[in-house]
Amino acid sequence: MAAIELSEVRKVYAGGVEAVKGVSLTIPDGAFCVLVGPSGCGKSTLLRMVAGLESISGGTVRIGGRVVNDLEPASRDIAMVFQNYALYPHMTVRQNLEYGLKNRRTPKEEIARRVEEAARILEIGQYLDRRPGQLSGGQRQRVAMGRAIVREPAAFLFDEPLSNLDAKLRVTMRAEIRRLQRRLKTTSLYVTHDQLEAMTLADQLVVLNAGRIEQAGSPMAIYEKPASLFVATFIGSPAMNLVPLDGPGASPLATLAGPGKAKQTLGIRPEHMRLLEGGAGVRADEIVLDLSVSGVEVVGAESYVTGRLANSGPEIAVRVPGYSHLEPGASVKAAAPLGAFHRFDAESGRRLELA
Amino acid sequence: MIERDRGGRIFAHLLLILGVLIVAFPIYYTFIASTQTIQTILRPPLPLTPGGEFAENYGQALFGGVGRIGGVDVGTLLFNTSVMALGIALGKIAISLLSAFAIVFFRFPFRMFFFWMIFVTLMLPVEVRILPTYKVMVDLGLIDTYAGLILPLVASATATLLFRQFFMTIPPELVEAARIDGAGPMKFFRDILIPLSRTNIAALFVILFIYGWTQYLWPLLVTNDNRMNTIVIALKKMVSFADADTPWNLVMVTAILAIVPPVLVVVLMQRWFVRGLVESEK
Ligand SMILES: Nc1ncnc2c1ncn2[C@@H]1O[C@H](COP(=O)(O)OP(=O)(O)O)[C@@H](O)[C@H]1O
Ligand SMILES: [Mg+2]
Repeated sequence: MAAIELSEVRKVYAGGVEAVKGVSLTIPDGAFCVLVGPSGCGKSTLLRMVAGLESISGGTVRIGGRVVNDLEPASRDIAMVFQNYALYPHMTVRQNLEYGLKNRRTPKEEIARRVEEAARILEIGQYLDRRPGQLSGGQRQRVAMGRAIVREPAAFLFDEPLSNLDAKLRVTMRAEIRRLQRRLKTTSLYVTHDQLEAMTLADQLVVLNAGRIEQAGSPMAIYEKPASLFVATFIGSPAMNLVPLDGPGASPLATLAGPGKAKQTLGIRPEHMRLLEGGAGVRADEIVLDLSVSGVEVVGAESYVTGRLANSGPEIAVRVPGYSHLEPGASVKAAAPLGAFHRFDAESGRRLELA
Repeated sequence: MIERDRGGRIFAHLLLILGVLIVAFPIYYTFIASTQTIQTILRPPLPLTPGGEFAENYGQALFGGVGRIGGVDVGTLLFNTSVMALGIALGKIAISLLSAFAIVFFRFPFRMFFFWMIFVTLMLPVEVRILPTYKVMVDLGLIDTYAGLILPLVASATATLLFRQFFMTIPPELVEAARIDGAGPMKFFRDILIPLSRTNIAALFVILFIYGWTQYLWPLLVTNDNRMNTIVIALKKMVSFADADTPWNLVMVTAILAIVPPVLVVVLMQRWFVRGLVESEK
């Protein structure tokens, strides 16, 4: 059990690429922290610096209060789960689980007890004598987690552990990882590019962009108050609609401009808008936008209607319950409550709060 | 396999059987000759069926010694050759495993320089560097020793490149997982790399054993003492210009005995050999 503290951690690769540009972050003891960001933003680099697989160019990493910058991975008291599982192909599942413990001279009975327990928790008891090659992807992933569990480490590190699984299995395993972490209460750092995975798993969500933290906080706090345009569009699917206030079609929104002279961009999530169909009335606190429908995406329980604002403006997506029969080319009106809009500085991308 | 008409299949089989006969007949004929008296051999035509001297000829060659090579028996020759072939095969494998390990998994100064040095030695087989090598062996006092027979042939660029190629297919995460599991470099080498390379090692062993077994030029130079001869060298020495001086029956026995160990190695390791060549197990 241990907190992970990063302060001003930087990474410059030999070629001169600055992959991580000063990241400070504290993951409290027992928390599940998810690092999310687009591919190439430095998530893996950061995780690998915590693991000790990559040297740290600047700043300090503490695990359980101890500075680990110069420690070998094996001495950092961490366990890691890799995207491609990285199981030893020539060893049985049991040997895979035992290997790390044997290397640190754990007593035989203790090894047996831990393997037994991990096998029970992960329900891999019946595969213990098989080789990884004889297991399915999901089973291999369990074994990889088993290898992490038996070490009883201070922290688990996950690098996109579910990316190699099919969509359905990914959802199951996601829930299972969450349950497991709640049960073991081991501090976890989890890396993914999938914002849905990030939202559902995290106690603490950290959005990374180009080697810097864009925003950190609880998933709902980030969803409800994205700190920047980047976070606003990255978290949430379909993405938040953005309307530059000086762009075409923005005139009905002019009243929403915040104080200051800066160029502003407004954002609104598709689920906060509704279509005005069949004579539905407009409430006093709503703004009405004219859209010309460009496409309809039916998800099942709901549909997303996308349309251009005032013919030449930005595309706006609106969530509609059930099945939408709208055809491309149709003109519709959409209403959105004033309070649901987010306001951003168009140049810096930062969130602007109303005074 | 493509299903073809019956006539075509029969024709193909006849062709293959003919091929086998052409390859096998000289060996069979050598075996026939090894069971005849020398008089029968010297008076052609040689019969096509085995003679009655099997026990006599093989007994004399294996335990009695052959006059023309200083009375050394073929048993000693087989032993010498086995030591050399095993030494070369195992030595080459050990050294090339270690050098490939160093080149693929470590970052040290002049790494690529050393890699190219190894690569360049491909162009320097024993025949090219034979004089300096001989001089070094004389200076080290290794003439007429097993070490002298083995050492100059032990470094292998080919095997090093082969293992390098294989090591590069090993996912880097596997190395990292081992590091997190507390395995140091040599532990990783022993517990993970070698077990993963075992089919490659087996295939290479077969090839290198035969390479070592059939060495001619180097053993000829580095051994003077008849007791240190390899079987291939001894075979050459047994044959004289004059037919009458040559114990043809014993030559035939020696020839047959020289074939047996490589054939055994191939047959016993066939399963591994084929797997090593065909599959790249990850
Ligand atoms: N070993 C390396 N050498 C040089 N640059 C690297 C190396 N590994 C990653 N990078 C660069 O660092 C950046 C971040 O990479 P990475 O941490 O793998 O991103 P992510 O995991 O978020 O996709 C990328 O621009 C990548 O090209
Ligand atoms: Mg990555």
